[in-house]
Amino acid sequence: MGLTVTQKILSRKAGKPVQTGEIVEVGVDFTLTHDVTGPIAVSEFERMGVGRVWDPDRVALVLDHATPSKDIQAAEACQKLRRFAAEQGISRVYDEGQGVEHVLLPESRWVRPGSVLFGADSHTVTAGACALFATGVGSTDLAAIWALGTTWIRVPAQMRFNFTGEMPRWLSGKDLILHVLRLIGTNGAHYASMEFTGSVISRLDMDQRFTLCNMSVEAGAKNGIVPADEVTAAFFGVSPEDLKELVSDEDATYEQWLEVDVTGMPPQVAVPSSPGNVKDVTELSNVRVDRVFIGSCTNGRLSDLEAAAEVLRGKRIARGVVALVLPGSATVFHEALKRGLVETFLEAGVTVGPPSCGPCYGGHLGVAGPGEVVVSTSNRNFRGRMGHADALVYLASPAVAAASAVTGRISSPEEVI
Amino acid sequence: MRVRSRVVCVGDDVDTDAIIPGKYLGSQEPAFLAGHVLEGLSTRFPGDLANVSILCAGENFGCGSSREHAALALRAAGIRCVIAASFARIFFRNAINTGLLAVELKAVSKLSEGDDVEVDVEVCRVVNHSTGEVFSIPQYAGTVRDIVAAGGLVEYVRRRTGR
Repeated sequence: MGLTVTQKILSRKAGKPVQTGEIVEVGVDFTLTHDVTGPIAVSEFERMGVGRVWDPDRVALVLDHATPSKDIQAAEACQKLRRFAAEQGISRVYDEGQGVEHVLLPESRWVRPGSVLFGADSHTVTAGACALFATGVGSTDLAAIWALGTTWIRVPAQMRFNFTGEMPRWLSGKDLILHVLRLIGTNGAHYASMEFTGSVISRLDMDQRFTLCNMSVEAGAKNGIVPADEVTAAFFGVSPEDLKELVSDEDATYEQWLEVDVTGMPPQVAVPSSPGNVKDVTELSNVRVDRVFIGSCTNGRLSDLEAAAEVLRGKRIARGVVALVLPGSATVFHEALKRGLVETFLEAGVTVGPPSCGPCYGGHLGVAGPGEVVVSTSNRNFRGRMGHADALVYLASPAVAAASAVTGRISSPEEVI
Repeated sequence: MRVRSRVVCVGDDVDTDAIIPGKYLGSQEPAFLAGHVLEGLSTRFPGDLANVSILCAGENFGCGSSREHAALALRAAGIRCVIAASFARIFFRNAINTGLLAVELKAVSKLSEGDDVEVDVEVCRVVNHSTGEVFSIPQYAGTVRDIVAAGGLVEYVRRRTGR
Protein backbone atom coordinates (compact mmCIF):
# COMPACT_ATOMS: atom_id res chain seq x y z
CA MET A 1 0.00 0.00 0.00
CA GLY A 2 1.29 3.45 -0.87
CA LEU A 3 2.11 6.17 1.60
CA THR A 4 1.41 9.88 1.79
CA VAL A 5 4.34 12.27 2.13
CA THR A 6 3.47 12.83 5.81
CA GLN A 7 3.39 9.07 6.46
CA LYS A 8 6.77 8.68 4.73
CA ILE A 9 8.41 11.35 6.86
CA LEU A 10 6.92 10.03 10.12
CA SER A 11 7.80 6.41 9.28
CA ARG A 12 11.40 7.35 8.66
CA LYS A 13 11.62 9.35 11.91
CA ALA A 14 9.82 6.64 13.92
CA GLY A 15 12.06 3.92 12.47
CA LYS A 16 9.08 1.79 11.41
CA PRO A 17 6.00 2.00 9.15
CA VAL A 18 3.40 4.08 11.00
CA GLN A 19 -0.33 3.37 11.21
CA THR A 20 -3.00 6.07 11.51
CA GLY A 21 -4.04 6.56 15.13
CA GLU A 22 -1.10 4.82 16.80
CA ILE A 23 1.19 6.70 19.17
CA VAL A 24 4.82 6.67 18.03
CA GLU A 25 7.99 8.32 19.18
CA VAL A 26 9.74 10.38 16.51
CA GLY A 27 13.15 11.96 16.33
CA VAL A 28 13.04 15.74 15.99
CA ASP A 29 15.30 17.64 13.58
CA PHE A 30 14.48 21.24 14.45
CA THR A 31 12.79 23.14 17.28
CA LEU A 32 11.69 26.73 17.68
CA THR A 33 10.28 28.84 20.46
CA HIS A 34 9.68 32.54 21.07
CA ASP A 35 9.55 35.14 23.82
CA VAL A 36 6.05 34.17 25.05
CA THR A 37 6.32 30.36 25.10
CA GLY A 38 10.12 30.24 25.50
CA PRO A 39 10.52 31.52 29.07
CA ILE A 40 8.18 28.77 30.36
CA ALA A 41 10.06 26.20 28.28
CA VAL A 42 13.35 27.31 29.85
CA SER A 43 11.93 27.08 33.40
CA GLU A 44 10.45 23.62 32.77
CA PHE A 45 13.64 22.44 31.05
CA GLU A 46 15.62 23.47 34.12
CA ARG A 47 13.18 21.57 36.35
CA MET A 48 13.77 18.42 34.27
CA GLY A 49 17.34 18.42 35.57
CA VAL A 50 19.05 17.14 32.43
CA GLY A 51 21.41 20.12 32.22
CA ARG A 52 22.13 20.39 28.50
CA VAL A 53 19.84 20.58 25.48
CA TRP A 54 20.27 17.51 23.30
CA ASP A 55 21.65 19.48 20.36
CA PRO A 56 22.07 23.27 20.54
CA ASP A 57 22.36 23.47 16.75
CA ARG A 58 18.76 22.25 16.40
CA VAL A 59 17.29 24.94 18.62
CA ALA A 60 16.05 28.32 17.39
CA LEU A 61 14.94 31.11 19.71
CA VAL A 62 12.99 33.90 18.02
CA LEU A 63 12.21 37.09 19.93
CA ASP A 64 9.22 38.13 17.86
CA HIS A 65 6.06 38.41 19.96
CA ALA A 66 6.16 41.21 22.55
CA THR A 67 9.04 42.79 20.64
CA PRO A 68 10.58 45.26 20.08
CA SER A 69 10.16 44.81 23.83
CA LYS A 70 6.86 46.51 24.64
CA ASP A 71 7.49 46.77 28.37
CA ILE A 72 9.91 45.73 31.09
CA GLN A 73 8.35 42.28 31.45
CA ALA A 74 8.86 41.69 27.71
CA ALA A 75 12.46 42.86 27.91
CA GLU A 76 13.06 40.44 30.79
CA ALA A 77 11.59 37.55 28.81
CA CYS A 78 14.04 38.29 25.99
CA GLN A 79 16.92 38.52 28.47
CA LYS A 80 16.00 35.12 29.89
CA LEU A 81 16.16 33.54 26.42
CA ARG A 82 19.44 35.22 25.52
CA ARG A 83 20.94 34.02 28.79
CA PHE A 84 19.71 30.47 28.13
CA ALA A 85 21.20 30.58 24.62
CA ALA A 86 24.57 31.67 25.99
CA GLU A 87 24.58 28.94 28.66
CA GLN A 88 23.58 26.22 26.21
CA GLY A 89 25.69 27.30 23.25
CA ILE A 90 22.63 28.01 21.10
CA SER A 91 23.74 30.27 18.26
CA ARG A 92 20.45 30.55 16.41
CA VAL A 93 18.93 33.48 18.30
CA TYR A 94 16.88 35.82 16.16
CA ASP A 95 16.78 38.97 18.19
CA GLU A 96 14.08 41.63 18.51
CA GLY A 97 13.01 43.07 15.18
CA GLN A 98 14.66 40.43 12.98
CA GLY A 99 11.38 38.90 12.05
CA VAL A 100 8.45 36.63 12.72
CA GLU A 101 9.60 33.04 13.25
CA HIS A 102 7.49 31.37 10.56
CA VAL A 103 8.72 33.88 8.01
CA LEU A 104 12.34 33.86 9.20
CA LEU A 105 13.08 30.16 9.55
CA PRO A 106 12.08 29.07 6.04
CA GLU A 107 13.64 32.26 4.66
CA SER A 108 16.96 31.30 6.27
CA ARG A 109 16.65 27.81 4.68
CA TRP A 110 17.49 26.35 8.12
CA VAL A 111 14.57 23.92 8.04
CA ARG A 112 14.90 21.37 5.24
CA PRO A 113 12.49 19.27 3.15
CA GLY A 114 11.74 15.85 4.65
CA SER A 115 12.62 16.90 8.20
CA VAL A 116 10.57 17.08 11.40
CA LEU A 117 10.07 20.47 13.06
CA PHE A 118 8.37 21.00 16.43
CA GLY A 119 7.75 24.54 17.60
CA ALA A 120 6.24 26.05 20.72
CA ASP A 121 3.82 27.99 18.59
CA SER A 122 0.67 26.76 16.88
CA HIS A 123 1.62 28.29 13.53
CA THR A 124 4.72 26.11 13.29
CA VAL A 125 2.59 24.24 10.70
CA THR A 126 3.55 27.01 8.23
CA ALA A 127 6.84 25.29 7.36
CA GLY A 128 4.94 22.30 5.94
CA ALA A 129 5.05 24.26 2.68
CA CYS A 130 8.67 23.05 2.46
CA ALA A 131 7.52 19.39 2.24
CA LEU A 132 8.44 18.72 5.86
CA PHE A 133 6.46 17.65 8.92
CA ALA A 134 5.92 20.68 11.15
CA THR A 135 3.61 21.02 14.11
CA GLY A 136 3.03 23.12 17.20
CA VAL A 137 3.27 22.11 20.86
CA GLY A 138 3.32 23.90 24.19
CA SER A 139 6.29 25.03 26.26
CA THR A 140 6.77 21.91 28.40
CA ASP A 141 6.56 19.64 25.35
CA LEU A 142 9.29 21.71 23.75
CA ALA A 143 11.40 21.52 26.91
CA ALA A 144 11.07 17.72 26.84
CA ILE A 145 12.28 17.69 23.22
CA TRP A 146 15.28 19.80 24.26
CA ALA A 147 15.94 17.12 26.91
CA LEU A 148 15.31 13.99 24.84
CA GLY A 149 15.61 14.91 21.15
CA THR A 150 12.37 12.98 20.56
CA THR A 151 8.67 13.30 21.26
CA TRP A 152 5.46 11.29 20.97
CA ILE A 153 2.88 11.83 18.32
CA ARG A 154 -0.42 10.21 17.37
CA VAL A 155 -0.13 9.42 13.68
CA PRO A 156 -2.65 11.71 11.96
CA ALA A 157 -5.43 10.73 9.59
CA GLN A 158 -4.75 11.89 6.03
CA MET A 159 -6.83 14.53 4.25
CA ARG A 160 -6.15 15.72 0.73
CA PHE A 161 -7.26 19.01 -0.79
CA ASN A 162 -6.85 19.04 -4.55
CA PHE A 163 -7.19 22.47 -6.14
CA THR A 164 -7.93 22.77 -9.85
CA GLY A 165 -9.31 25.36 -12.26
CA GLU A 166 -8.31 28.84 -13.28
CA MET A 167 -6.99 31.00 -10.46
CA PRO A 168 -8.70 34.44 -10.65
CA ARG A 169 -6.47 37.54 -10.83
CA TRP A 170 -6.66 38.58 -7.16
CA LEU A 171 -6.98 35.19 -5.54
CA SER A 172 -4.15 34.17 -3.20
CA GLY A 173 -3.09 31.38 -0.86
CA LYS A 174 -5.05 33.16 1.87
CA ASP A 175 -8.30 32.89 -0.09
CA LEU A 176 -7.71 29.19 -0.73
CA ILE A 177 -7.23 28.33 2.95
CA LEU A 178 -10.15 30.55 4.00
CA HIS A 179 -12.28 28.72 1.46
CA VAL A 180 -11.17 25.38 2.90
CA LEU A 181 -12.14 26.62 6.37
CA ARG A 182 -15.50 27.61 4.94
CA LEU A 183 -15.96 24.07 3.61
CA ILE A 184 -14.82 22.03 6.63
CA GLY A 185 -15.00 24.41 9.63
CA THR A 186 -12.59 24.97 12.51
CA ASN A 187 -12.74 21.34 13.61
CA GLY A 188 -12.91 19.84 10.13
CA ALA A 189 -9.34 18.55 10.11
CA HIS A 190 -9.26 17.63 13.81
CA TYR A 191 -5.85 16.00 14.56
CA ALA A 192 -5.42 15.28 10.83
CA SER A 193 -2.82 15.99 8.19
CA MET A 194 -3.89 18.38 5.43
CA GLU A 195 -2.10 17.81 2.14
CA PHE A 196 -2.48 20.42 -0.58
CA THR A 197 -2.12 19.38 -4.22
CA GLY A 198 -3.39 20.04 -7.73
CA SER A 199 -2.61 22.20 -10.73
CA VAL A 200 -3.38 25.39 -8.78
CA ILE A 201 -0.91 24.49 -6.01
CA SER A 202 1.80 23.57 -8.55
CA ARG A 203 1.65 27.13 -9.83
CA LEU A 204 1.67 28.78 -6.37
CA ASP A 205 4.93 30.37 -5.24
CA MET A 206 6.43 29.46 -1.85
CA ASP A 207 5.00 32.57 -0.15
CA GLN A 208 1.45 31.52 -1.01
CA ARG A 209 2.14 27.94 0.04
CA PHE A 210 3.32 29.17 3.45
CA THR A 211 0.04 31.05 3.89
CA LEU A 212 -1.93 27.95 2.92
CA CYS A 213 -0.15 25.70 5.43
CA ASN A 214 -0.09 28.44 8.11
CA MET A 215 -3.85 28.33 8.66
CA SER A 216 -4.21 24.54 8.52
CA VAL A 217 -4.12 24.73 12.33
CA GLU A 218 -7.26 26.86 12.19
CA ALA A 219 -9.05 23.75 10.88
CA GLY A 220 -7.67 21.78 13.84
CA ALA A 221 -4.98 20.05 11.78
CA LYS A 222 -1.81 18.52 13.17
CA ASN A 223 0.10 19.54 10.08
CA GLY A 224 -0.33 21.07 6.65
CA ILE A 225 1.96 20.00 3.85
CA VAL A 226 2.69 20.67 0.20
CA PRO A 227 4.56 17.75 -1.42
CA ALA A 228 7.92 18.63 -2.97
CA ASP A 229 8.05 19.79 -6.57
CA GLU A 230 10.11 22.07 -8.79
CA VAL A 231 9.07 25.15 -6.81
CA THR A 232 10.29 23.56 -3.55
CA ALA A 233 13.54 22.47 -5.19
CA ALA A 234 14.19 25.93 -6.62
CA PHE A 235 13.54 27.49 -3.19
CA PHE A 236 16.18 25.29 -1.59
CA GLY A 237 18.56 25.44 -4.54
CA VAL A 238 18.53 21.68 -5.09
CA SER A 239 17.56 19.45 -7.98
CA PRO A 240 13.93 18.20 -8.06
CA GLU A 241 15.50 14.73 -8.29
CA ASP A 242 16.87 15.18 -4.75
CA LEU A 243 13.35 15.64 -3.38
CA LYS A 244 11.55 13.02 -5.44
CA GLU A 245 10.76 10.84 -2.39
CA LEU A 246 8.87 13.70 -0.76
CA VAL A 247 5.64 13.21 -2.64
CA SER A 248 2.66 10.97 -1.90
CA ASP A 249 2.45 7.62 -3.68
CA GLU A 250 -0.20 7.27 -6.39
CA ASP A 251 -1.91 4.55 -4.33
CA ALA A 252 -1.69 6.32 -0.97
CA THR A 253 -4.98 6.26 0.90
CA TYR A 254 -6.76 9.23 2.44
CA GLU A 255 -9.50 9.31 5.04
CA GLN A 256 -10.92 12.30 3.18
CA TRP A 257 -10.32 13.81 -0.25
CA LEU A 258 -11.79 17.15 -1.29
CA GLU A 259 -11.75 18.61 -4.78
CA VAL A 260 -11.86 22.40 -4.97
CA ASP A 261 -12.38 24.26 -8.26
CA VAL A 262 -11.13 27.83 -7.85
CA THR A 263 -12.52 29.09 -11.17
CA GLY A 264 -14.48 32.30 -10.59
CA MET A 265 -13.94 32.21 -6.81
CA PRO A 266 -14.22 35.69 -5.28
CA PRO A 267 -11.75 36.72 -2.54
CA GLN A 268 -12.71 35.11 0.78
CA VAL A 269 -13.09 36.87 4.14
CA ALA A 270 -13.53 35.32 7.61
CA VAL A 271 -16.04 37.37 9.59
CA PRO A 272 -16.22 37.68 13.40
CA SER A 273 -15.51 35.71 15.44
CA SER A 274 -14.25 32.49 13.91
CA PRO A 275 -11.78 31.71 11.11
CA GLY A 276 -14.36 29.21 9.87
CA ASN A 277 -17.04 31.87 9.45
CA VAL A 278 -16.15 32.71 5.85
CA LYS A 279 -18.00 34.74 3.21
CA ASP A 280 -17.32 36.12 -0.27
CA VAL A 281 -15.85 39.63 -0.11
CA THR A 282 -18.76 40.82 -2.25
CA GLU A 283 -21.21 40.02 0.58
CA LEU A 284 -19.45 42.45 2.92
CA SER A 285 -19.29 45.72 1.01
CA ASN A 286 -21.34 47.54 3.65
CA VAL A 287 -18.88 46.83 6.47
CA ARG A 288 -17.11 50.05 7.49
CA VAL A 289 -13.45 49.67 8.53
CA ASP A 290 -11.42 51.40 11.29
CA ARG A 291 -8.12 49.52 11.17
CA VAL A 292 -6.17 47.54 8.62
CA PHE A 293 -3.22 45.32 9.50
CA ILE A 294 -1.00 43.78 6.82
CA GLY A 295 1.68 41.41 8.08
CA SER A 296 2.02 38.41 10.48
CA CYS A 297 3.28 34.86 9.94
CA THR A 298 0.31 34.35 7.62
CA ASN A 299 0.86 37.26 5.21
CA GLY A 300 4.07 39.14 6.01
CA ARG A 301 6.14 37.93 3.06
CA LEU A 302 7.42 39.86 0.08
CA SER A 303 4.74 38.80 -2.38
CA ASP A 304 2.10 39.74 0.22
CA LEU A 305 3.52 43.25 0.46
CA GLU A 306 3.76 43.40 -3.34
CA ALA A 307 0.07 42.55 -3.67
CA ALA A 308 -0.86 45.22 -1.12
CA ALA A 309 1.38 47.80 -2.79
CA GLU A 310 -0.08 47.04 -6.19
CA VAL A 311 -3.52 47.96 -4.85
CA LEU A 312 -2.27 51.03 -2.97
CA ARG A 313 0.04 52.49 -5.64
CA GLY A 314 -0.89 56.08 -6.38
CA LYS A 315 -3.81 56.07 -3.93
CA ARG A 316 -4.54 57.34 -0.42
CA ILE A 317 -6.19 55.35 2.33
CA ALA A 318 -9.63 56.58 3.41
CA ARG A 319 -9.91 59.32 6.02
CA GLY A 320 -10.43 57.82 9.46
CA VAL A 321 -8.73 54.50 8.65
CA VAL A 322 -5.54 53.51 10.47
CA ALA A 323 -3.46 51.16 8.32
CA LEU A 324 -0.29 49.39 9.43
CA VAL A 325 2.17 47.24 7.50
CA LEU A 326 4.66 45.14 9.46
CA PRO A 327 7.03 43.26 7.11
CA GLY A 328 7.51 39.67 8.28
CA SER A 329 11.28 39.89 8.55
CA ALA A 330 14.13 42.37 8.30
CA THR A 331 15.01 40.80 4.95
CA VAL A 332 11.47 41.29 3.66
CA PHE A 333 11.55 44.87 4.98
CA HIS A 334 14.85 45.58 3.23
CA GLU A 335 13.68 44.08 -0.05
CA ALA A 336 10.39 46.00 0.17
CA LEU A 337 12.41 49.16 0.61
CA LYS A 338 14.63 48.43 -2.41
CA ARG A 339 11.60 47.66 -4.58
CA GLY A 340 9.83 50.88 -3.65
CA LEU A 341 7.00 49.17 -1.78
CA VAL A 342 7.70 51.05 1.45
CA GLU A 343 7.52 54.32 -0.47
CA THR A 344 4.18 53.26 -1.94
CA PHE A 345 2.83 52.50 1.53
CA LEU A 346 4.05 55.78 3.01
CA GLU A 347 2.68 57.79 0.09
CA ALA A 348 -0.68 56.08 0.59
CA GLY A 349 -0.75 57.11 4.24
CA VAL A 350 0.03 53.65 5.61
CA THR A 351 2.30 53.31 8.66
CA VAL A 352 5.22 50.91 8.24
CA GLY A 353 6.68 49.38 11.40
CA PRO A 354 9.16 46.75 12.55
CA PRO A 355 8.61 43.00 12.10
CA SER A 356 6.54 41.78 15.08
CA CYS A 357 3.68 39.44 16.02
CA GLY A 358 2.26 42.25 18.19
CA PRO A 359 -1.04 43.21 16.54
CA CYS A 360 -2.09 39.66 15.62
CA TYR A 361 -2.44 38.53 19.24
CA GLY A 362 -3.55 41.88 20.66
CA GLY A 363 -0.21 42.33 22.35
CA HIS A 364 1.02 45.71 21.12
CA LEU A 365 1.47 47.88 18.00
CA GLY A 366 -2.05 48.72 16.91
CA VAL A 367 -4.25 47.00 19.48
CA ALA A 368 -7.99 47.31 18.65
CA GLY A 369 -10.36 49.23 20.91
CA PRO A 370 -14.03 48.50 21.76
CA GLY A 371 -16.26 48.36 18.71
CA GLU A 372 -13.44 48.92 16.24
CA VAL A 373 -13.62 47.02 12.98
CA VAL A 374 -10.32 45.50 11.87
CA VAL A 375 -9.42 43.97 8.52
CA SER A 376 -6.36 41.87 9.18
CA THR A 377 -4.18 39.57 7.09
CA SER A 378 -3.42 37.49 10.20
CA ASN A 379 -4.96 34.14 11.12
CA ARG A 380 -7.42 34.39 14.03
CA ASN A 381 -10.45 36.55 14.67
CA PHE A 382 -11.62 35.07 17.95
CA ARG A 383 -13.37 37.46 20.30
CA GLY A 384 -10.69 39.57 21.99
CA ARG A 385 -7.89 38.22 19.81
CA MET A 386 -6.62 41.58 18.53
CA GLY A 387 -7.49 43.68 21.56
CA HIS A 388 -10.82 44.58 23.15
CA ALA A 389 -13.38 41.77 23.36
CA ASP A 390 -15.86 43.94 21.45
CA ALA A 391 -13.54 44.67 18.53
CA LEU A 392 -14.63 42.94 15.30
CA VAL A 393 -11.92 41.25 13.26
CA TYR A 394 -12.23 40.26 9.59
CA LEU A 395 -9.48 38.07 8.11
CA ALA A 396 -8.53 38.64 4.48
CA SER A 397 -5.73 38.60 1.91
CA PRO A 398 -3.26 41.50 1.63
CA ALA A 399 -4.96 42.70 -1.57
CA VAL A 400 -8.40 42.81 0.09
CA ALA A 401 -6.93 44.47 3.20
CA ALA A 402 -5.27 47.14 1.05
CA ALA A 403 -8.42 47.74 -1.01
CA SER A 404 -10.45 48.05 2.21
CA ALA A 405 -7.99 50.65 3.53
CA VAL A 406 -8.54 52.71 0.37
CA THR A 407 -12.34 52.63 0.42
CA GLY A 408 -12.86 52.53 4.19
CA ARG A 409 -15.14 49.51 3.86
CA ILE A 410 -14.50 45.87 3.04
CA SER A 411 -13.67 45.81 -0.65
CA SER A 412 -12.41 43.62 -3.43
CA PRO A 413 -9.18 44.83 -5.13
CA GLU A 414 -11.18 45.13 -8.34
CA GLU A 415 -13.16 47.99 -6.81
CA VAL A 416 -10.09 50.19 -6.55
CA ILE A 417 -7.85 49.07 -9.42
CA MET B 1 -6.53 9.50 39.79
CA ARG B 2 -9.95 10.62 40.97
CA VAL B 3 -11.63 14.02 41.01
CA ARG B 4 -15.11 14.77 42.35
CA SER B 5 -16.76 18.17 42.16
CA ARG B 6 -19.74 20.24 41.18
CA VAL B 7 -19.24 21.09 37.49
CA VAL B 8 -19.35 24.30 35.48
CA CYS B 9 -20.25 23.99 31.77
CA VAL B 10 -19.11 25.97 28.73
CA GLY B 11 -19.87 25.48 25.02
CA ASP B 12 -18.08 24.49 21.79
CA ASP B 13 -14.88 26.01 20.38
CA VAL B 14 -13.70 27.73 23.56
CA ASP B 15 -10.43 29.13 22.23
CA THR B 16 -7.22 29.98 24.05
CA ASP B 17 -7.92 33.71 23.74
CA ALA B 18 -11.14 33.11 25.69
CA ILE B 19 -9.26 31.02 28.28
CA ILE B 20 -6.49 33.57 28.74
CA PRO B 21 -6.37 36.69 26.52
CA GLY B 22 -3.10 37.66 24.83
CA LYS B 23 -2.67 40.79 26.91
CA TYR B 24 -1.86 38.67 29.97
CA LEU B 25 0.80 36.49 28.33
CA GLY B 26 3.68 38.57 29.67
CA SER B 27 3.12 36.80 32.97
CA GLN B 28 3.83 33.17 33.83
CA GLU B 29 2.61 33.64 37.39
CA PRO B 30 -0.11 31.00 38.01
CA ALA B 31 -2.03 33.09 40.57
CA PHE B 32 -2.12 36.11 38.24
CA LEU B 33 -3.26 33.99 35.27
CA ALA B 34 -5.93 32.30 37.43
CA GLY B 35 -7.34 35.74 38.19
CA HIS B 36 -8.19 36.19 34.50
CA VAL B 37 -9.05 32.67 33.41
CA LEU B 38 -12.00 32.44 31.00
CA GLU B 39 -12.70 36.15 31.35
CA GLY B 40 -12.53 36.34 27.55
CA LEU B 41 -15.59 34.07 27.46
CA SER B 42 -17.89 35.68 30.00
CA THR B 43 -17.94 38.09 32.89
CA ARG B 44 -19.14 35.19 35.09
CA PHE B 45 -15.51 34.00 35.10
CA PRO B 46 -13.28 33.50 36.94
CA GLY B 47 -15.81 34.03 39.77
CA ASP B 48 -17.98 31.02 38.92
CA LEU B 49 -15.01 28.65 39.11
CA ALA B 50 -14.77 29.09 42.89
CA ASN B 51 -14.75 25.68 44.63
CA VAL B 52 -15.09 23.88 41.28
CA SER B 53 -12.55 21.23 40.17
CA ILE B 54 -14.20 19.98 36.97
CA LEU B 55 -14.96 22.07 33.89
CA CYS B 56 -17.21 20.61 31.18
CA ALA B 57 -16.97 21.78 27.57
CA GLY B 58 -18.23 20.94 24.09
CA GLU B 59 -16.22 20.28 20.93
CA ASN B 60 -12.71 21.58 20.18
CA PHE B 61 -11.92 22.91 23.65
CA GLY B 62 -8.70 24.97 23.73
CA CYS B 63 -8.45 25.64 20.00
CA GLY B 64 -6.05 28.32 18.82
CA SER B 65 -2.70 29.18 20.24
CA SER B 66 -0.09 26.91 21.82
CA ARG B 67 0.04 29.06 24.95
CA GLU B 68 0.54 26.78 27.92
CA HIS B 69 -0.71 29.70 30.00
CA ALA B 70 -4.23 28.39 29.21
CA ALA B 71 -3.70 25.08 31.00
CA LEU B 72 -1.68 26.77 33.77
CA ALA B 73 -4.43 29.33 34.38
CA LEU B 74 -7.15 26.67 34.66
CA ARG B 75 -5.00 24.54 36.96
CA ALA B 76 -4.14 27.53 39.15
CA ALA B 77 -7.83 28.45 39.34
CA GLY B 78 -8.45 25.06 40.97
CA ILE B 79 -9.60 23.09 37.91
CA ARG B 80 -8.12 19.59 38.05
CA CYS B 81 -10.02 18.05 35.15
CA VAL B 82 -11.61 19.28 31.91
CA ILE B 83 -14.22 16.96 30.37
CA ALA B 84 -14.88 17.88 26.74
CA ALA B 85 -16.55 16.33 23.71
CA SER B 86 -13.19 16.93 21.99
CA PHE B 87 -9.98 18.85 22.58
CA ALA B 88 -7.76 20.86 20.26
CA ARG B 89 -4.59 18.81 20.13
CA ILE B 90 -2.06 21.29 21.56
CA PHE B 91 -4.31 22.09 24.51
CA PHE B 92 -4.71 18.36 25.21
CA ARG B 93 -0.92 17.93 25.32
CA ASN B 94 -0.45 21.04 27.44
CA ALA B 95 -3.07 19.83 29.91
CA ILE B 96 -1.62 16.40 30.55
CA ASN B 97 1.91 17.82 30.52
CA THR B 98 1.07 20.22 33.34
CA GLY B 99 -0.98 17.79 35.44
CA LEU B 100 -4.44 18.92 34.32
CA LEU B 101 -6.60 15.92 33.37
CA ALA B 102 -8.17 16.15 29.93
CA VAL B 103 -10.99 13.64 29.51
CA GLU B 104 -12.78 13.15 26.23
CA LEU B 105 -16.47 12.27 26.60
CA LYS B 106 -18.82 12.57 23.62
CA ALA B 107 -21.82 12.44 26.01
CA VAL B 108 -20.59 15.47 27.95
CA SER B 109 -23.94 17.20 27.26
CA LYS B 110 -25.45 14.80 29.83
CA LEU B 111 -23.51 16.64 32.51
CA SER B 112 -25.28 19.86 33.51
CA GLU B 113 -24.06 22.90 35.36
CA GLY B 114 -24.07 22.22 39.08
CA ASP B 115 -24.14 18.40 38.78
CA ASP B 116 -22.01 16.45 41.21
CA VAL B 117 -19.57 14.58 38.96
CA GLU B 118 -16.78 12.13 39.65
CA VAL B 119 -13.99 11.28 37.21
CA ASP B 120 -11.79 8.25 37.75
CA VAL B 121 -9.17 7.82 35.02
CA GLU B 122 -7.82 4.59 36.51
CA VAL B 123 -11.09 2.73 36.02
CA CYS B 124 -11.97 4.86 32.94
CA ARG B 125 -15.28 6.05 34.33
CA VAL B 126 -17.25 9.27 34.76
CA VAL B 127 -20.16 9.18 37.23
CA ASN B 128 -22.86 11.83 37.39
CA HIS B 129 -23.94 11.45 41.01
CA SER B 130 -26.78 13.94 40.46
CA THR B 131 -28.47 11.74 37.84
CA GLY B 132 -26.92 8.37 38.62
CA GLU B 133 -25.60 8.01 35.07
CA VAL B 134 -22.25 6.29 34.49
CA PHE B 135 -20.09 6.83 31.38
CA SER B 136 -17.02 4.96 30.11
CA ILE B 137 -14.04 6.94 28.95
CA PRO B 138 -11.15 5.63 26.85
CA GLN B 139 -7.95 4.60 28.57
CA TYR B 140 -4.94 6.85 27.95
CA ALA B 141 -2.57 5.07 25.56
CA GLY B 142 1.20 4.64 25.46
CA THR B 143 3.28 7.66 26.33
CA VAL B 144 0.19 9.67 27.28
CA ARG B 145 -0.61 7.10 29.99
CA ASP B 146 2.95 7.30 31.30
CA ILE B 147 2.89 11.13 31.43
CA VAL B 148 -0.45 11.14 33.29
CA ALA B 149 0.84 8.48 35.69
CA ALA B 150 3.93 10.61 36.38
CA GLY B 151 1.69 13.60 37.12
CA GLY B 152 3.10 15.63 34.24
CA LEU B 153 5.83 15.80 31.62
CA VAL B 154 8.60 17.25 33.81
CA GLU B 155 8.39 14.30 36.20
CA TYR B 156 8.07 11.89 33.24
CA VAL B 157 11.34 13.18 31.75
CA ARG B 158 13.06 13.09 35.16
CA ARG B 159 12.08 9.44 35.60
CA ARG B 160 12.99 8.51 32.05
CA THR B 161 16.42 10.12 32.26
CA GLY B 162 17.04 8.80 35.78
CA ARG B 163 17.15 12.27 37.36
